[in-house]
This record gives sequence, C-alpha cells and structure tokens, in this order.
Amino acid sequence: MIFFQPYENPFYFFILFIALLPIMISILHGKKIHIYESLISLFFLFLTFGGPSWKQGIALIIYTIYETCLTFGYLYYRKRKNNQLVFYFTIFLTILPLALVKIATAIHNQKLSLIGFLGISYLTFRVVQTVMETRDGVIKQLKLSQFLPFLLFFPTISSGPIDRYRRFIKDYEQVPKQDEYLEMIKKGIHYIFIGFLYKFILAYIFGTLLLPEVQAAALAQRHNFLGLSWSLLGVMYVYSADLFFDFAGYSLFAVGTSYIMGVKTPMNFNRPWQSLNIKDFWNRWHMSLSFWFRDYVYMRLLFMFMKKKTFKSRITAANITYILNMLLMGFWHGLTWYYIVYGLFHGFAIVINDAWLRFKKQHPNKLPHNRATKYLAIFLTAHVVCFSFLIFSGFLDKLWFIPK
Amino acid sequence: MEKSKIKETVLSVLQDITGTDLSDQMDVNLFDTALMDSMATVEMLLQLQEKLGIDVQISEFERSQWDTPNKIIDRVNGTLQ
Repeated sequence: MIFFQPYENPFYFFILFIALLPIMISILHGKKIHIYESLISLFFLFLTFGGPSWKQGIALIIYTIYETCLTFGYLYYRKRKNNQLVFYFTIFLTILPLALVKIATAIHNQKLSLIGFLGISYLTFRVVQTVMETRDGVIKQLKLSQFLPFLLFFPTISSGPIDRYRRFIKDYEQVPKQDEYLEMIKKGIHYIFIGFLYKFILAYIFGTLLLPEVQAAALAQRHNFLGLSWSLLGVMYVYSADLFFDFAGYSLFAVGTSYIMGVKTPMNFNRPWQSLNIKDFWNRWHMSLSFWFRDYVYMRLLFMFMKKKTFKSRITAANITYILNMLLMGFWHGLTWYYIVYGLFHGFAIVINDAWLRFKKQHPNKLPHNRATKYLAIFLTAHVVCFSFLIFSGFLDKLWFIPK
Repeated sequence: MEKSKIKETVLSVLQDITGTDLSDQMDVNLFDTALMDSMATVEMLLQLQEKLGIDVQISEFERSQWDTPNKIIDRVNGTLQ
C-alpha cells in the first residue's frame, strides 16, 4: 500500500483521475452519486491519514466526532434559546483542539502533537463559521449527510481553500447542466495544469534549488550588522516566490479537483503581485482565509465596538480592529515571535494604508495619478509584502538567534 | 415606509459614508471603485439599523448582493417587507 500527502506526485494525480472518472460520467448523465463521492473521499483521506500517519488518522476521527457533536448540539440549543455566553463558550470549545495543538507545538517544538493532524486549522475554520451562522439564525438546519462531506471534503482538507457551509451545500446538492459542467471540467483541468507549472516546476526551482543556496550565503554573512547582506535580500525574494508558487499551486489543485467534482470551491489567489496597496493585496492573497477573517472576525468585532461605542472615533475603532484581526491571524499561523510580528506588521500596514487612502480622498486632484504612480504603488506594495514574508519565513530567527 | 423615503435614506447614508453623492450612479460597484470597504460596510449596516430599524446579521451580508446603491435599496426593501 502506498500513502500520499495530497497532490504530492504524479502517481497521486493518476489515482485521482481514475477515481474522478465515474463522478464525471455520472454528472454528465445528470446525476450525482453521493455515496460514491463519500467513498472516494474516505479513500483519499485513508491515503493521507492511513499508513505511517495513522495517529493523525485517529486524531482526525476523534476531532470530527467532537466538532460534529458541538455543532449539532449548538444548533439544538439555538432552536430553543440564544444566550450570548453559551455561544461564546461553544466557540471556545470548537477552537480548543486547535489552540492546544498550537500551544503544544510551541512548547515541544514538534510538528504535530498527539491531537493534531494535517488540516486541523482549516477544519476549525469550517466549524467556527457554521456555529457563527447558526447563532445568526442563517443556518437553521444541519444534516449529517451534508455537514460531514463539507467538513471532510477531501480536495481541500489539508490547506483549504476555506469554503462556506451554505455555499458548499448548494453546489454539493445541485447537479450542473451538461454544458455548464463541461465548462467546469475544462476550467478544472486548466487549473490543475497551471498548478503543475507552479508547484512542480516553479516552486521546485525557487524552493528546492535556489532557496538553500541563498540561505547558506546569507548565513555565511550573519556577522554583519543585523545579518544584513545582498544574499538576505535574495532570501526575501526567493522565499516569497517559493511561498506563492507552492501555495497557489496547491490551491489550484484543490480548486481544480473540486470543479471536476461539481463543486465551485472559491479561488485563493487573484494576481496578488499586481496589488495597488496592502488592502488590495489582502483581497487577492489567500483570499479564502482573509475573507474568513474579514467576515467572521473583523466585521463582527467592529460592529460590536461601533454599536457599543467602545471607542470615541470610528477610525480608532477600525484601526484597533484591523490590528486585532491581523494579530489573531498571526497567532493562528503559530505561536512564534515571527508569526506574531508578521500579523502585527500587516495590521499596522493596513492602518497606515487606510490613513493614506483617507488623505487621498480629502485632497482630490492634488496628488498625481498616472501610470508611473501606479507602477510605483505596485512596486512598493510587493516589497512591503515580500519583507513581511521574510519575517514570516522564520529565517530571521535562524539568522539572529540560533547559534551555529 | 414609502419606497421613495427608503431610497432617500439609503442614499444619504451612503453619501455620509463615501463622501460622494451617488444619486446619479445607482449601479456603480461600491467595492470595486473602493468607495466602500468592510469598515464602511459595518458603518452602513449600523446606520441603516438606526435610521430604518432593519436588522441585518453580518452572516447575511454577501458582498455581491450589496455592491451597488440599487442593490442595497432592494435589500433594504426586501428586509422591511
């Protein structure tokens, strides 16, 4: 028996293609066979979480039972009562396993602790939003036969994109018309092939071939002031390129596979390197994550702050919420200084960006606006972003704090 | 409430938030043109709540359904009925 990480190598795609064939044929005949889809999902979960990673498999099963009980239990409660504290406590319980994994990882410096498994953060996002929308009364019904496929949808299990319950269920239950579905297959295959280019060629060149070289060169000059060197600048660019191609490539595989299964999983990237400013960047980079934080953290927190008039000025309220939002995102990445600084960095970057946008609005026609300023904006944004990725990479930790 | 009154209120809320009179561009996409962002959205929902008494949960706020003045007016009308 062979076991894989999702989308690890060509053989995985070969098995994937064989497994998807019956799904394609049945959808083309106007039918979705959910039992077959579930069996395929389980099979692919087994390929990832069986074998050497069986402990993660057990953790995944326990986690699924735990979160399902919580979600359905909360719905049962919500139909009768709506106490704020019960809601907060439920959210606390849904996040608890993830929080424990993050804390254990930080303390023991292990990749995964006993209760962790690949994809736990992404499953937690799905559960939390389902509970929040249940609280809001937007989700009134939950079916196990829909919730589990949503939670455990195998194309997106390890790293997203993060879909929404109501959106997913609509696609899941609906059978696309033949011509529409053919268009989806075409797109899906197109995405997967761009994914090959990104993940297996470009990410390989940047991540596997170039990155160790520039890192070694930068480490050799660590005695410089703050370890600054041209090689460090190289690390910044090469790491940023690797991060993008690796994650965008993975995301394209996940979205492409979903499309072939008749589910329009949302895209994760939309030309992020053409962003005009940091706010624009977060509308283009890891979109399913940033939109999740926007909808379930930022807007809700801000709504509460503004309604209760916690802060005198609306701008202060918005700024504090931006920073809290991005800080939380930093914590979500992991409890190390560089993830937290990365979060704070982006929080402050958005605050500065917002102040600039307000300034521009108040002084119309006084600032030049042409092709050159546009390219300057793109250039600046890309560099602010790349610098933040250098922080995120953890390389500075190695460069500054870890002795040879 | 009369429809014309609703339209007037929505437009005045939007003018307050975006600083632009939108009565002659009812189909402009507020997010694509950067006239609004998530902060402005929260402000708008709060003001609509205050002035028209509509209660929109953040969960129900789907950007694509609220991205032009016309669509916002439609949503508000829909909620009030």
